[in-house]
Amino acid sequence: MIRARILTGEAAEGSVLSLDEPLSFWGAFEPRTGVIIDVHHPQRGACVKGMILLMTETRGSGSAPGAIAEAIRLGTAPDAIILAEPDINLAVGAEVAAVLYGRHCLIACVTLDELARLRSAGRLRIAADGAVTAG
Amino acid sequence: MLELSDHSRAMLAGDAGKAMQLAMRLVVKAATIMEAERLIPISFAHLDACFYTGQAHVDFVRFLIENGATLAVETWTNNGVVSLADPTLRPEREDPETVQGATELMRLYEKLGTRPTWTCAPYQHAGGPKFGDHIAVGESNAVSYYNSVVGARTNKYGDYLDVACALTGLAPDAGLHRTEERGATLHIDATGLPEEWRREDVFAHLIGHHTGRLAGRRVPVISGLFPDAPKHALKAISSAAASSGGVELWHGTGVTPEAPELASVFRGTQTHVVTVDDLARAHRDLSTARDGPLDAVALGTPHFALSEFADLVRLLDGRKVRSGLPFLVSTSRVVRELARAKGWIAELEACGIEVPVDVCTYHSPRVRGLQGRVMTNAAKWAYYAPGMLGVEVAFGSLRECVESAIRGEVWRDPALWSAR
Repeated sequence: MIRARILTGEAAEGSVLSLDEPLSFWGAFEPRTGVIIDVHHPQRGACVKGMILLMTETRGSGSAPGAIAEAIRLGTAPDAIILAEPDINLAVGAEVAAVLYGRHCLIACVTLDELARLRSAGRLRIAADGAVTAG
Repeated sequence: MLELSDHSRAMLAGDAGKAMQLAMRLVVKAATIMEAERLIPISFAHLDACFYTGQAHVDFVRFLIENGATLAVETWTNNGVVSLADPTLRPEREDPETVQGATELMRLYEKLGTRPTWTCAPYQHAGGPKFGDHIAVGESNAVSYYNSVVGARTNKYGDYLDVACALTGLAPDAGLHRTEERGATLHIDATGLPEEWRREDVFAHLIGHHTGRLAGRRVPVISGLFPDAPKHALKAISSAAASSGGVELWHGTGVTPEAPELASVFRGTQTHVVTVDDLARAHRDLSTARDGPLDAVALGTPHFALSEFADLVRLLDGRKVRSGLPFLVSTSRVVRELARAKGWIAELEACGIEVPVDVCTYHSPRVRGLQGRVMTNAAKWAYYAPGMLGVEVAFGSLRECVESAIRGEVWRDPALWSAR
């Protein structure tokens, strides 16, 4: 079983959206709609709202915390984001949104191998202790 | 395992109110993720969270103020999306939601007790951090400059975490705060290039851009810079390398304070020898436009230094910019007042040049509304403008920008190697 390191948030479950490339939440993503707008991104046009979002990492931007917080405020954010490395910007943005709006987006990380295994799942459930199960 | 002082623990428990509790939670969260063993005191912060990106930013600072937040350290502000000094620069009717939100956000940060510097180049103001100081900075070029040129120590703190560090007066003891993380693993050797090339003002932008491309997020050390290089050249390297690669610290042998010589900082084995072709490629990289009729000139990314104003006035020599051609020089209030005291602002305005303050030229309506071919001498502006503004960029030296603005079309300096 895969046990994710939860950076912030509580349990989550939902459909998987697996991204082939890292995403920059600031600039490449539209918080008003939850849609990936970066023309260079292979999943351009996909909507992250309510999904369990899988990607290796985010593209760095100091504005990412504001963008994820804004998406959580507007209800367009994923329910969870699972990465292959810890991400301070997303954790901070989600933490702020939880305090301001009482809404959560779980941010967690696993190893690169574990992430690859999770990508084939249609749905994922992440428990409060980090246990990740399919379905 | 992170160890906390009793004071920090009490703040985390909410003893100092909900705002300070949130701030401490964010700092502890970051420290835990970075696997820091302790928090260390900082003496200064420069905030990026005052740059409006949506309602959540306004809600955050309002929550802090309503719940009794107080800043622990001297805290300065990055530029805003609008200018408080000159509201006509971006009239409300253009985009009411953004202009109202951005204005409110800046007012709230003033209320929080920051020093409203509204500049992306705070290191050009007196009274900032010194060598060895631990600080918390968000703006990428300022992170790079403070770490590299001043020798202060900061990681790149994203939005909210920058504010949290300023409120608690603490930062995680990790990353570039630690001496062992500040060594260079890549050597960029420019000593083989002719001296007269390395003295040109475009060289700093080109070597910065090239260094960022090669280094990515690593710490590079550059040799071949001159100890008497003007500070604005070091600003150009800092900002260009931060844009093209995400460089947060670079060293220059004999130039930056931690690198009196190569051996002081170089901990790697990889040396890249810079060639003429490398610089020519950097120049092509930064120019998306062919030479031709010019639509505007944009200077001052990061904010123009007083020494750059001196150069601009000298090169312009009282001649007028071609009628109708926007020529913007972005800077801070403080630097504009210093330039005004020398008579330069009046002189530039008489020649048809505008000097906006508090903002970045990407967000000035004159530039936002522009199309076509825009000239700049700033690598950072050249790097971002095609994507952010949809304009074409002709990159050139300061002299080329001035002569082109007078002629109304891109002019290349025959004396300049990079024009060949």
